[in-house]
Amino acid sequence: MSRAETQPYLERFRRLEPSAAEPTWLHGMRDAAIERFAEFGFPSPRLEDWKYTSVRSIATSDFGGAPPARNPFSKRDVAFSLGGDFHGRILAFADGRYAPELSTIEALPEGVIAESLATALAGRPACIEPHLGRVATWDAPEDAFVALNTAFLGDGAFVYLPRGAVVEAPIGLVFLGLRNGAAPISQPRILIVAEAGSRATIVESYAGCGPDAYLTNAVTEVVVGAGASIDHVKLQCESGSAFHVSALQAQQSRDSRFASHAISLGAALARNDVNARIDDAGAEAVLNGLFVASAAQHVDNHTEIDHAKPHSQSRELYKGILAGRAHGVFNGKIIVRPDAQNTHAQQANDNLLMSEDARINSKPELMIHADDVKCSHGSTIGYLDESALFYLRSRGISAVEAREFMMRAFASEVTRAIGSAPVRTRVDELVTARLARGAPLEIA
Amino acid sequence: MLKITNLHAKVEGREILKGLDLEVRPGEVHAVMGPNGSGKSTLANVIAGREDYEVTGGEILYRGENLAGLSPEDRARDGIFLAFQYPVEIPGVSNMYFLKAAKNAILRHRGEDELDAVDFLEFARRKLKLVEMNEELANRPINEGFSGGEKKRNEIFQMAVLEPTLCVLDETDSGLDIDALRVVASGVNALRSPERAMLLITHYQRLLEYIVPDFVHVLSDGRIVRSGGKELALELEEKGYAWIEEHAAA
Repeated sequence: MSRAETQPYLERFRRLEPSAAEPTWLHGMRDAAIERFAEFGFPSPRLEDWKYTSVRSIATSDFGGAPPARNPFSKRDVAFSLGGDFHGRILAFADGRYAPELSTIEALPEGVIAESLATALAGRPACIEPHLGRVATWDAPEDAFVALNTAFLGDGAFVYLPRGAVVEAPIGLVFLGLRNGAAPISQPRILIVAEAGSRATIVESYAGCGPDAYLTNAVTEVVVGAGASIDHVKLQCESGSAFHVSALQAQQSRDSRFASHAISLGAALARNDVNARIDDAGAEAVLNGLFVASAAQHVDNHTEIDHAKPHSQSRELYKGILAGRAHGVFNGKIIVRPDAQNTHAQQANDNLLMSEDARINSKPELMIHADDVKCSHGSTIGYLDESALFYLRSRGISAVEAREFMMRAFASEVTRAIGSAPVRTRVDELVTARLARGAPLEIA
Repeated sequence: MLKITNLHAKVEGREILKGLDLEVRPGEVHAVMGPNGSGKSTLANVIAGREDYEVTGGEILYRGENLAGLSPEDRARDGIFLAFQYPVEIPGVSNMYFLKAAKNAILRHRGEDELDAVDFLEFARRKLKLVEMNEELANRPINEGFSGGEKKRNEIFQMAVLEPTLCVLDETDSGLDIDALRVVASGVNALRSPERAMLLITHYQRLLEYIVPDFVHVLSDGRIVRSGGKELALELEEKGYAWIEEHAAA
C-alpha cells in the first residue's frame, strides 16, 4: 500500500510527548516499532496472510481524531459487556484509556496484579520489560498492525499471576469504543504473565456504539509458565461501523495449558489473529472460535499453533455463521517442528451459510516436519438442515425461531467450552441477541 | 374434523397421491395401510404442511378450514401433530427447552397463559410417565444418540405435551421391538379421547393389535382403494397387499 497512508501516523508519532513516568526502554521500542510500520505500511492483499482481507478502508480513513475530554460511558456499558453476574475485578477502558470510574476493583489473591498498563509501566517496569513486545512479533509486513500498536503503546492492561496463584473469579478487561467521535483510534496493549502453576480466566470484551467509524487495534501477549493454565475469552461486540484488528500471541512453557475462546459478533471489518507457540514439552493449546457476520460484514480469523517441542497437543474448533453478503475467512496454520515428536493436533472449521450470497474462505495449513505425530483437520460448509427446520416447525415453532434455534445449537459447541459460568452465560446471551437481531449489537 | 377430497400431490416432480379421499371425525382412530410407495408418508407430510410436497389438486379441510397455504407451524398451533417416521436428530437444541417453546407457542395461539419453567417441568413430568421415558433422556439434545425406540417414545411424549386435536402417526411402529411397541401403544391409547382424532399410518397389522382402530383404509398407488372396520387389517395380513393391488387393478 501507499506510503502516504502511513504519513498521518508518522506525524502523530513525532508529536507524541513521552511521559516522564515511563521507562526509557519503552521509548526505544516505540521508535523501532514506528520505523517498522513506516517500512511495511498497511498490509497489502498481496501478502498471503492478508489475501482475503483488504484494509484499504482502514488505511484511507483518518483515525487521528482525539478522543473526547470526557468519557461518555457508564457502568451500564460495562455491564453490557460482561453481564450482571460478573463478580471479578474489572478494568474498563474508554477509547483505549484506563477509566477508573468505570472499573470495579475487587480484591485479588495476594501477589496477583491486574492494573492498567500505564500504571504498571510507571510503577513496576522491571516486571514488564522481560515480556512486553517480546512475545508478539512485529518484524514482518504481516505484523504491521502489531508494529503500529507498539509504536503508540501507552495504555492497556497488565495481569500478573505469581507462582501457584489461583484466581477463581474471572478478571474482566472491558474496552469501549467511542460514541460520537471524529474517527478515533484505540490501541490497547494487554500483557498477561502467568508464573508456574498459576491459574485464571481473563475476559477481554470489546463493545461500541454509534454510526461513526472507529478503529480498535489491540495486541495481547500471554506468557504461560510451567504447569500454568490460562483461559482467555475474547468477546468482540464492536458496533457495526467499527473496524477491529487484534492479535494475540501466547507463549507456553512445559505442561502449561492455554485456551482461547474468540467470539466475534460485531464490526464492519474484523481481523483476529490468535497464535500459540508451544516452547516446551507437554503443553496443551485449545483455540476455539465463533464468528457471526451478516449484511456486508467481513470477519477474518487467522490462527497459528506452533508445536516446537515434543508431547504437546492442540485442539482447535472455529465455527462461522454467515448471513446476507457477509464474508468470513478461516486460516488455521499448524506447524510441527522437527523436534516436536508425539504431537497431537486436531483442527476443525465448520461454517453455516444462511444465504446464497454469504461467503467463506476456509484454509487449513499444516506444516509438519516431524514423523511421529497425529494431526487431523477438517472443514465443512453447509446450509441449515431443512428436515430439522421442518421438524421444529411441525411442533409449532415459527420459521424464524426455528432458524435461531438451529444457529444457536450450531454455536453452542463453541460457547459451552468456556469454563467460567458467568462468562459463558453472558457470551450465550450476546450470541442469542446477535442472532436474533441479525445485525451487530450496540451498547444502549 | 379432517376431510380430504380428491387430493393430488407431487414429490420431486413425481405424482404420488392421485385423488385421495378420507374423512375423519372427532374421537375416531383411522388406520391407513398400504405397501411401500403407495403414498402413506406423503399423505402424512402433506397434512403437516411440509413445503417440498406440492399439492396439485383437491383439498384438505381441517375443522372446516382449508389447509392450503398454511405453514407447518400454523397447522401445529391449530392442533395438528405429526409423529415422524424418522425423527430428526438436532444436536445442541435441548429437547425440553424446544418443547417448552413449542407448547407456549401453541398456548399463545389459543389465547391461553404460557407456562413458566417450573409449571412446564411439572406438566412434562406427568407426560413422561405415559411413555416411561426418563427425564435425563428428555433433557438431552433432540433425539441425539437416541435408540430407535427412544426416538419413537419421544415423539409420543411430544404429542402428549402438545395435546393436539389431530394426531398423525407415520409408521410409529417401524423399528420397534415388542416391548417398546407396547409402551408406545399404551401412550397413544392414553391420549385417545372423544375430542381427538388419530390417523395411524402403517405397513403392518401388528400395531393395530395394540391400538385398535375404528376404521381401516387401504392405500394403493395414491388412492384409498378399500375401507372397512378393524377386520380389514386382518384380512390384509392374511392375503397380503398383492391381493388388494390385483383387486384394485381389476
